[in-house]
Amino acid sequence: MTNPTVELTLPIMEDMELAATKTAEVVAKRMGLDDMKTAEISMALIEACINAFEHSKTKDNVFIHYIIKEDTLVIKVGDRGIGFDSEVVAIPNIDEKINSSHKRGWGVQLMKELMDTVEFETTEDGTTVTMTKAK
Amino acid sequence: MPDFDIKVKDENGVIVVTTNGYLNNYGGEQVASVCLQKISEGKRKFLINVEKTAMVNSIGVSILIEVIEELQGTSGKIAFCNTAPIVEKTFNIMGISKYAKIYATEEDGLADLSS
Repeated sequence: MTNPTVELTLPIMEDMELAATKTAEVVAKRMGLDDMKTAEISMALIEACINAFEHSKTKDNVFIHYIIKEDTLVIKVGDRGIGFDSEVVAIPNIDEKINSSHKRGWGVQLMKELMDTVEFETTEDGTTVTMTKAK
Repeated sequence: MPDFDIKVKDENGVIVVTTNGYLNNYGGEQVASVCLQKISEGKRKFLINVEKTAMVNSIGVSILIEVIEELQGTSGKIAFCNTAPIVEKTFNIMGISKYAKIYATEEDGLADLSS
């Protein structure tokens, strides 16, 4: 049986990541996820959307699939951009960020800490991050 | 128009910045701008009340690192209060809480920072 899936298309516009979190809240509530897990999903989703908006280097829409499994929510955030290699993203450190000109770069780390699994896949068609959260 | 605003007050030398809305890059810049201005005026103690900020993003929070940086090497302090659990968790992951205390309430923060 196919898992129920909610699909969302976001234009690359300021604060549009909040539309993704609103949908996540509805889906999480439907699955019976508690408030903290719902907030963690929303926060991870914000970071995934910002990454897609900023790193995609295209003006194309960002696609989000919320796949509702029996005991797990799977979220896929995809863009049509050139992508990036998550393996070469340095693990950020606050001590190093202070007095550094580059204070950003926390998105991937936050996603990994807030979700159960996070995987990136980049092909010539774009980049998809797949995140999961168990109930 | 961004869905974010701040209120600023001086409570016996502690600058209290109360945020309202999503702390994104715009919100982070608003808070940092006020704090950096106050630092230039000689203020050294800051309490950021985020009771009405349910969600942040890493860009907004990373801008606040500038304030921590500016206070390094001084007797200054920056702290937060009324943090939503997800905001506190985000601060912990990013290491913000290593440099900024988190208080349950504004009263708790003011009592400690004023002492």
